Amino acid sequence: MTIQEQEQLFATPQDALAVDLPWWRRYRPDQQWEAYLFLLPSLAGFLAFVALPVVAALVLSFFNWNLLTPPEFVGTANYAQLLTQDSVFRKVLGNTLYFTVTIVPLQLLFGLLLAVALNQAIRGVEVYRLIYFMPVVTTIVAAALVFQWMFNRDFGVFSAAIWRLGEITGLPLQPPDWLNSTKWAKPAVVILTLWKNTGFTMVIYLAGLQAIPRELYDAAKVDGASPWQRFRYVTIPMVSPTTFFLLIIQMIGAFQLFSEAFVMTRGGPAQATLTIVYYIYQNAFEFARMGKASAIAWVLFALIFAFTLLQTRLQRHWVHYEAGE
Amino acid sequence: MSAGSIPVKRVDEKPIVWKNWLLHAALWVGSFFMLMPFVWMVSTSLKDPSEIFTYPPLWIPSRFVWANYLETMRAMPFGRFYMNSLIVAVSVTIIQILTSSLAAFAFARLRFKGRNSLFLLYLATLMIPFQVTMIPNFILVRYLGWYDSYQALIIPPAFSAFSVFLLRQYFLGMPLELDEAARMDGANSFRIWWQIIMPLSGPVLAALTIFVFLGSWNDFLWPLVVTVSLNMRTIPVGLSAFQGQYNTQWHLLMAGSVIALLPVLLIYILAQKRFVEGITLSGMGGR
Repeated sequence: MTIQEQEQLFATPQDALAVDLPWWRRYRPDQQWEAYLFLLPSLAGFLAFVALPVVAALVLSFFNWNLLTPPEFVGTANYAQLLTQDSVFRKVLGNTLYFTVTIVPLQLLFGLLLAVALNQAIRGVEVYRLIYFMPVVTTIVAAALVFQWMFNRDFGVFSAAIWRLGEITGLPLQPPDWLNSTKWAKPAVVILTLWKNTGFTMVIYLAGLQAIPRELYDAAKVDGASPWQRFRYVTIPMVSPTTFFLLIIQMIGAFQLFSEAFVMTRGGPAQATLTIVYYIYQNAFEFARMGKASAIAWVLFALIFAFTLLQTRLQRHWVHYEAGE
Repeated sequence: MSAGSIPVKRVDEKPIVWKNWLLHAALWVGSFFMLMPFVWMVSTSLKDPSEIFTYPPLWIPSRFVWANYLETMRAMPFGRFYMNSLIVAVSVTIIQILTSSLAAFAFARLRFKGRNSLFLLYLATLMIPFQVTMIPNFILVRYLGWYDSYQALIIPPAFSAFSVFLLRQYFLGMPLELDEAARMDGANSFRIWWQIIMPLSGPVLAALTIFVFLGSWNDFLWPLVVTVSLNMRTIPVGLSAFQGQYNTQWHLLMAGSVIALLPVLLIYILAQKRFVEGITLSGMGGR
């Protein structure tokens, strides 16, 4: 048999049938046009509502525009104003950093402790998991509403608990006026966020814990490691990739805090809980400053990017990838 | 224990009983804190206004005032909010999963020019916060005349690079021989997508469905921005509008919150495993 004949014999059925196929099916072997057809619906929407708006936001940040009069080019004035003159922006930045450095470590700590506790064969473990995860599926608006009511100075349950504690112990305990105090409004938002999101951290940690080989614990036990030592020298290093992942997504989430403050405190009192995203919302939809709002959004993006990059650099020093993914 | 003897320890030792009690006690305290807002919500929603502002707080109202719920439903069109949320969440989920799985199929299983650079474009937007695109999208929506309409609530949020990324990862894990065999049998790419890849992707599709649906159902900022009339509000935004009008009427606000939470919580309790799987899998980017 000649090589040509052999080639004909083993040619793909598509090629053999190509002559009989209608024109629109003959393109199949290279899959070129087909692939574009598959991509089309997603790509069209993606370009229109994701990719181009990103660029549009950047362009917009160099303009002043209130949607009524024509946009006016101002160069980098929006950024300059934000970074050097806008005292509210400085405050908003500080608030957001406060939320990030409180919420992220606390959530990691509580999430890990809960996951370790619920990773054991104890009675009712399913019920505990059900309960702890419940806030994750709730609508943040309803959650923030009930916390607003619970933080009520005179009739909320938190104040009542503090008064009751004072009555029992005889100490002169006075609950703060939570949501109307510049000092306590931020912790109130932190408490709401912890209540809402710790269950998520817990289940991600549970998945991480279950991936740790049992032999490591067995070996540590045989070597006489105490429960604390097993936690410190087996669990913590082995879940460090999970910790890193959670650190990144929670940091991004904390930078984007909005609904909690919007519903519970309206950013107050005296802008004590005004966050970056809240400030974007105010500028765009209350003050109709589309250019400035876009500039803040880009600063937010730059911050998230910088912090993620920093953490990715730092991870080398504490994240262990030996579990063999 | 004498020196030199080998300490014999059972490797599978059971935790000592008192330690177990301590653990349960700690978990109970945590559970109490987790459940308290729900209990307080339901309790307040059933109170007569005269019993709301009391010290010490009343956990069980002396009389259950179910009429609070009627009054809430009369004050705000919660039925309409439900319908809007349902229409929006179902549409967003269907559109997103269909378009994303088609694109993911192309990225994972077809060869074409520009595949890598296009996928890189998708990847590059993964880190960009929603707030960056929100303002241009708001302007676009107004320009298209979609402001305060279902199109505005559904179409922009229906496109997500994340879903494409997640599904592509999953599709890549299936052997290419499946496609080749089907092609030999004369199936075209569309049939391979619909009759081979999609049915084999049950777990990831279920997870993504829950993730996208819940995200859309609970979404707050975008619906707040693109709707203005009460008739177009979804549940979270409607509840927030209710808060604006009935500021300190806690019995009504809490009844509204219960109404808003009830369907999702019921489904969650019935299908807890699926929910947790869906959110875990999607939350971790399909790892």
